[in-house]
Amino acid sequence: MNWILLLEQSLNGIQLGMLLFLLAAGLTLIFGIMDLVNLAHGSLYMLGAYYAATLTEWTGSFPLAVVLALPLAMLTGIVVEVVALRSFYSRSHLDQVLATFGLILFFNELVRLIWGPAGLDIPLPAYLATSIEILPGIPYPTYRLVILAVGILVALGLYFLVSRTRIGMLIRAGASDREMVGALGINIRLLYSIIFGIGAMLAGLAGMMAGPILSVEIGMGESILILAFVVIVIGGIGSIRGAFIASLMVGLIDTLGRSFLPDILGLFLSSGYASTAAPALSSMMIYIIMAIVLALRPEGLFPPKGAR
Amino acid sequence: MSMNRATAANMVLIALLLALPPLAGLMDGEFYIILVSRALILAIAAVSLNFILGFGGMVSFGQAAFIGIGAYVVGAGTMHAFEDGIEWLGNGYTQLALTVLFSAVAATVIGAISLRTKGVYFIMITLAFGQMLYFVAVGLEIYGGDDGLSLYQRSEMPGLPDLSDDRVLYYFSLGVLLLFLYLSHRVLHSRFGKVLTGCRLNEQRMAALGFPTYRYRLVAFVIAGVMTGIAGFLLANQTDFISPAMMHWTRSGDLIIMIVLGGIGTVFGPVYGALAFLLLEEFLSGIPVTIAGYRIGEYWQLIFGPVLILIILYARGGIYGFLQPRSNGK
Repeated sequence: MNWILLLEQSLNGIQLGMLLFLLAAGLTLIFGIMDLVNLAHGSLYMLGAYYAATLTEWTGSFPLAVVLALPLAMLTGIVVEVVALRSFYSRSHLDQVLATFGLILFFNELVRLIWGPAGLDIPLPAYLATSIEILPGIPYPTYRLVILAVGILVALGLYFLVSRTRIGMLIRAGASDREMVGALGINIRLLYSIIFGIGAMLAGLAGMMAGPILSVEIGMGESILILAFVVIVIGGIGSIRGAFIASLMVGLIDTLGRSFLPDILGLFLSSGYASTAAPALSSMMIYIIMAIVLALRPEGLFPPKGAR
Repeated sequence: MSMNRATAANMVLIALLLALPPLAGLMDGEFYIILVSRALILAIAAVSLNFILGFGGMVSFGQAAFIGIGAYVVGAGTMHAFEDGIEWLGNGYTQLALTVLFSAVAATVIGAISLRTKGVYFIMITLAFGQMLYFVAVGLEIYGGDDGLSLYQRSEMPGLPDLSDDRVLYYFSLGVLLLFLYLSHRVLHSRFGKVLTGCRLNEQRMAALGFPTYRYRLVAFVIAGVMTGIAGFLLANQTDFISPAMMHWTRSGDLIIMIVLGGIGTVFGPVYGALAFLLLEEFLSGIPVTIAGYRIGEYWQLIFGPVLILIILYARGGIYGFLQPRSNGK
């Protein structure tokens, strides 16, 4: 086996895991606290990437564009929550799914109208478009390491926010008993808008970080959104810790499966069959893992304590 | 039961559907036969999904996968019949049998795992499984991978008129739809249907009454999967083409929209929903108004998305809700 390739692919897997975590954290917060299924989370991811692409073009600097795009993404989320989704908290999950599905259609067309049907590229500044030697003689793209670092920083920041700050206290309280929090005089509506805004900002950040390595295009949020669903189902809906661990699991399994499964299958099957079966099988792997997890623990690996 | 407004509307609808091909023939409107054929086939899928979603309360978001299974059986069958000389795979009856077999197996496996969970977990898991089968289809290079496959010919059904005639396919689809509607009606009023409805309203109570609810739901899930598979068999024949796009998760979303648009949990609702959905799409995408150089019709989903949200907010009974006076407070 090729150890250098294994190391590189593991890093790529962790980096995909970090992007998934940024999406899944918001999704799981919004669901865990507001009991809202948000399919349009992928649209917020897509919008984040488009904001970053346009702002990079205007300012000429990708990091500056990200700093400017973050509040924009949060604002978008809050507007969506106030205008469209606020009425759906008391509705069934089916109604929520359909309403947010409607939002996806809307945002996909809106993006096509504003930015056109062709994808965009986000150019990286020269100092990020380099590689670093992670081991002597083994270069690895600097920007991918930046994604790793951002993911870890956000995870730490979220942990601090949820467990050490006043708003985190309200978030935890809202998750376990929202009527009681309201009765104690907390403005639940505002709290929900803020949480949705934070979730939107994290999704936008994931889109911005993914922009330079994947192409910025319509529908880019949908396939990764479904991966994020798999993540929170495995991790346990409502649990940020579960989302973090499951993100890494899914990122690693998916990436390593895609790069090594053809070789592994080749050990058992003739190369013709292996090369036919491997792409189909490797895209099934995370779903098989999900099925196994659910068969053993239907609530996911880390169901949050005190959740309904 | 006396003839109420909804029953009368259903009769008129069936009569119109029966009369459409000759009428379209008079007006040189072959296009409408193809459009409504497509609506009929999607209505079959929506009626099938309504079986678990409307009656059983199971929000399956991966139903398009079964359309894909039926479609790929037809596509792969005719390909092997032509290129490898395996004649019996081009036979429509064989293809139907294989469609039933494969969709039943897939629905049993997916259902057995998914039904262990409830509520939003179930939505996400069925979505994920549907997407898994989508990626499997993308990975099947032999059947064209991402690009899909054009059919050499439609399924051969000896003893029946030739399906390659669009009118024959139209009436064949209409026949299947009416059969499935009749089945839904019978099931809804059977003991099985009552248990299924009971599971939707209060599963714990049904379990406490001694019903093996998991098994009932699984059987319903498999029946719906097989029925949707048959819709896929028809769709492949109707479009003369198969591709993974037929089983993309947004197609599953479209099916749910049709059901909600028509009237969830009613036998006939999904038919109105499917017709309304396709006609709305046809109408909105044909809007010729141009604003600032953008033709509105080209961006019809920009209107459809918010309209959908408004329908869900304010018109919960769907089209059928208007036809049927509010009776049992459902």
